[in-house]
Amino acid sequence: MSVARSWRTRRQRYSLVGERCEYCQNAIFPPRDVCPHCAEPAQKEYTMSGRGTVYSYTTVYDPPAGFEAYAPYPVALVKLDEGPMVTAQLTDVGADDVRIGMPVEMVTRKLSEQGDEGIIQYSYKFRPRWEQQAVAA
Amino acid sequence: MSSNNGSALMKPLRDVGIVGYGAYVPRYRLPAREVARVWSGRDAELPIKEKAVAGLDEDTATMSIEAARNALARAGIDPKRIRAVWVGSESHPYAVKPTSTIVAEALDIVPLTQAADWEFACKAGTEAMQAAIAFVGSGMADYALSIGMDTAQGRPGDALEYTAAAGGAAILLGPAEESLARIEASLSYVTDTPDFWRRAHAHYPSHGQRFTGEPAYFHHVTSAAEMMLEGMQRDPADYRYVVLHQPNTKFPQRAAKQLGFRKEQFETGLLVPVIGNTYAGSSLIGLTAVLDEAQPGDRVLVVSFGSGAGSDAFSLEITDAIVDARRRALTTRDYIARRVEIDYATYARFRGKMLMK
Repeated sequence: MSVARSWRTRRQRYSLVGERCEYCQNAIFPPRDVCPHCAEPAQKEYTMSGRGTVYSYTTVYDPPAGFEAYAPYPVALVKLDEGPMVTAQLTDVGADDVRIGMPVEMVTRKLSEQGDEGIIQYSYKFRPRWEQQAVAA
Repeated sequence: MSSNNGSALMKPLRDVGIVGYGAYVPRYRLPAREVARVWSGRDAELPIKEKAVAGLDEDTATMSIEAARNALARAGIDPKRIRAVWVGSESHPYAVKPTSTIVAEALDIVPLTQAADWEFACKAGTEAMQAAIAFVGSGMADYALSIGMDTAQGRPGDALEYTAAAGGAAILLGPAEESLARIEASLSYVTDTPDFWRRAHAHYPSHGQRFTGEPAYFHHVTSAAEMMLEGMQRDPADYRYVVLHQPNTKFPQRAAKQLGFRKEQFETGLLVPVIGNTYAGSSLIGLTAVLDEAQPGDRVLVVSFGSGAGSDAFSLEITDAIVDARRRALTTRDYIARRVEIDYATYARFRGKMLMK
C-alpha cells in the first residue's frame, strides 16, 4: 500500500468509519461515492460498532509481501452487525480455534511494515468477542 | 487563585481529576522460569512469576489505542473535546513520527488537539499526566489524555529480560467536579542519575547493575513519597492504597515498607509479579487496578520512577463517580486473567530476536 493510499484510508482502517445511506438506510463499508444498495450518491459518515460474526475463514500459509512475519494467520469474512461484510485478519486467536458463526470484535492492530525504514500500517482486525476469549489456566 | 509559594507540592489554579481510565495488557505470558531455563539454570532466583508479551501485531500505538478506548468509554465524553493526547513510552514504534497522532486519529480526537510523545524511561507516562493536570488546571483545556505504555526491550540473557514487559494505561484528566478521582496535589523529584539508559541506535538498554537500587530507585521514590506526605501533613495510614513503580517484586515492597505502608495498602496495585515491569505503564496500570476496587473517600498515593532519574508523586481522593465509571470498560484484572503462556522460542519470535535475513 502506497503512503498516499495508506493516508487516504486511515479512518476506515483505524476505526471502521464507513457510511449509512440517507435514502435506503443501509450501512456501507468501505465508504464509497455511491450506495451499492440503491445507487444514490453522497452518503453520510457512520462509524461501525466493530461487532460482528465470522461468516467464513481460511488460514494463510503463503503470505503476500509484507505479511511474512505473521504467517500462518487466519483471515475471515466478518459479517458486521450493521450488515456489511469485511475481509480481515483475525488476531489473538489460534487458527484451530476459529469457527463459523464465532462472535468477534474489532481491534486496531499493526497490519504490515514497509521494511525497516518504511511506514507502519495499522488497521482493523477482529478478535473473539471478549466473553468468548480463552482464559488458559 | 492559589500561589505555589515555593512549596514542593504542585496544585493547579482549577481543581483537576481523573475522569476516565483504561488499562491494556497483551494476552501472552512468558514465565520467568522459562528465561531461567535458557540462560541461568532452573534454580535461579526469579524476580517475578511471569511477564506480559505483546503479540506480533501489537506495539505501543495499538496498545495505547485500546487503553484509551477504555478510558473514553468510562468518561463518556465527546472525544472532540480532548485537547491533548500525550503518550509516554520508551518503545515508540517510530524514532521520528508521533505515536500520539495515530492514537488521536483512531479515537477521533483530531484535529483540534495537542499531540506529542514523551520520553523519560519508566516515568514518561506520569510526566505526561503532570502536564495534562496543568493543561486542564490552567483552563487551556477541559480534557487531556495521558498514556504510559511500553513493549519494553530486554537484552537476551540480561537480568532485565525476566521483567521487561508489555502493557500500560491511559488516564484522562478533566475538571475535578466530573472526576472519579480528584488530584489533591502532585510533585516531581528529579536528579541526573545514570542508572539505566539506551543510546540512540542501540537495540537494548544498558544499566548500572547494583547502582540501580539505592541512589536511583529507592532515593527518588522514597524522597518523592516523603515530601508528598510532609506537604500534605499526612501519615501513610491516611492512604487506603499506595502504588509505587514496580521494576520487580522486591523493590516496591521494600520501599513501601520503608515508608511505613502495610501490605494491605500496596498489594492491590502490585501487578509486577503477574505482568512484569511495563516501564512507562508500570505505576499507571497499578493505579488502574486500584481504581477498579477503590471506594468513594479512599485516598491513593502514586509514585512513579524513571531512570535517569526521577519520580512523580500524586495524591488522589476517590469520588462517588467511581462506582458507575468502572463498570463501563474491562478492568485491569480482566486483562490479566486473559492469559496464554508461551515458551522462550515463541517469545524470541514475537520480539524479533531471530535474524531472518
